[in-house]
Amino acid sequence: MNPGRIKGHLPVLLPARKLMLSDIPLHDRLFNVWTAGALLIAFLVTAIGPSFAQAEAAPARSILTILFEWTPSIAKAFGFNVLISIMAMAIGTVLGVGLGVLQVSPRSMIRRLAWIVTQFFRNSPWLVLLFYCILLIPFKITLFGMSVPFPGWIKAVIGLSLPVMAYMSEYMRGAINSIPSGQWESAQSLGFTRFQTMRDIILPQTIKRVLPPWMNLYAVLTMATPLVSIVGVNEVMSLTRAALSAESRVDLLIPMYLYILCWFFLYCYPISTLTGRLERRYSVKL
Amino acid sequence: MPWTPDQPIISLKNVHKSFGQTEVLRGISMDVMKGEVVCIIGPSGSGKSTLIRCINALNDIQGGSITVEGQELRDPKLDLLALRKKVGMVFQQYNLFPHKTALENVMMAPIKVLKQNRAEVEIRARALMKKVRLEGKEDAYPGELSGGQQQRVAIARSLAMNPDVMLFDEVTAALDPETVKEVLVTIKDLAAEGMTCILVTHEMGFAREIADRVYFTDRGVIVEYGPPQSFFDDAKDPRTKQFLSQIL
Ligand SMILES: Nc1ncnc2c1ncn2[C@@H]1O[C@H](COP(=O)(O)OP(=O)(O)OP(=O)(O)O)[C@@H](O)[C@H]1O
Ligand SMILES: [Mg+2]
Repeated sequence: MNPGRIKGHLPVLLPARKLMLSDIPLHDRLFNVWTAGALLIAFLVTAIGPSFAQAEAAPARSILTILFEWTPSIAKAFGFNVLISIMAMAIGTVLGVGLGVLQVSPRSMIRRLAWIVTQFFRNSPWLVLLFYCILLIPFKITLFGMSVPFPGWIKAVIGLSLPVMAYMSEYMRGAINSIPSGQWESAQSLGFTRFQTMRDIILPQTIKRVLPPWMNLYAVLTMATPLVSIVGVNEVMSLTRAALSAESRVDLLIPMYLYILCWFFLYCYPISTLTGRLERRYSVKL
Repeated sequence: MPWTPDQPIISLKNVHKSFGQTEVLRGISMDVMKGEVVCIIGPSGSGKSTLIRCINALNDIQGGSITVEGQELRDPKLDLLALRKKVGMVFQQYNLFPHKTALENVMMAPIKVLKQNRAEVEIRARALMKKVRLEGKEDAYPGELSGGQQQRVAIARSLAMNPDVMLFDEVTAALDPETVKEVLVTIKDLAAEGMTCILVTHEMGFAREIADRVYFTDRGVIVEYGPPQSFFDDAKDPRTKQFLSQIL
């Protein structure tokens, strides 16, 4: 029995309880910025500690020095990851909004086709999609006598934009269907066509609803960008491997990858936090 | 044959409407002349909303005919936009566009649908806001307005299309008793100006006051109709009598 509850007493009458550790969901208790920080420090100490000991023995540079020296290159490569993520997100969002709108088309043929495309790309491994794009898209495309080159990283952008498109399409379908039918009816009675209603009345109202999952998707996409290293694009993971082989020091391995993780964490954590905040704000309002 | 104002502006002849297997309207006929105010009353589920929605083609009909200013709605070549310009509609749930301010709600259809000049539309929209007694609320969002205020914005929004006929579907049913009056006053102003109005309403006092004719519908048919005086005081049909005794 809960000692705080006395039979016959409404919980409303009880004094407000302080927020207890047990009130926080397990997930939040285990994974938050503090535990992440603690883990990072623990890793750093175990990883870098021994290297200091070695540094005394051999006349080698310390791990921190090496990391520091590589930082400008890492920053540049990471910038490339960010660029890929932004471009894939932009393309995927535009395509996804279109596909989502087709998913609620009054024509059942179009609706079904859009649904199949959405489900296909939503349930395919991202890496496989990337490989497909690299293999299927030619190095250059000749259009009206003009040849447009397609470097690997552009293909990678297209490959990553496909799952983004599919997720976005699902978010849009849900958001559009959540708009009350009275909005459609009043627009119709004012002479709006279906297209005009969608563009001027329905889609603007879906933004609030789609924004949080959209930002979440962006964070996930950014964390997936190292995948493109596998198909030979020069992003941060490729650079890290190059750096590691250039330094050829076994003790550098763990700190180096940890350092890269920090970069991703610092970029993605604020996005996740903001997403959570937006979600809470809109969930109250809507 | 072109329509002239001495003919009914709205004419329903033996209208039948079904949703799948269920027949909701079972032979409705009614004529409304320009400038008339007609009230439709009846128990819940009797098909009042369906009837009124058929008049601006939000619902299609399966039998009979509906004409608006002589234009047959079942004509496959019907110009829907032209019809919606002529017939304005106000809903029980207001259905304002929540992402737009009150003034933008009023301006939206003329600008986006009729492609009218924004500056001119704004002048008219401000005048309409004044007409529904909402001066000063132009920049408020629907969420910041009371139900009665939202409903008056919805009326102004419909009027912005310059309709010849206004349809009102229980527009005060969702309102607090105190705010019902402000909406009814707005409708009364409109009727006094000669706007043709078809109202579904449960406000019997109001119907008696402004209606030229009152129709009682039950289970998809018109049971009885007449001028408010004789309709309310001297109903013939037992179903009408029973309904009136329950509601009055
Ligand atoms: N879209 C629809 N599909 C199927 N049945 C419908 C639909 N709209 C209305 N109906 C049915 O048609 C009948 C009449 O509905 P309608 O809304 O016209 O009644 P009403 O007289 O306006 O009632 P109320 O006073 O409750 O608004 C009801 O039985 C309803 O269930
Ligand atoms: Mg109704």
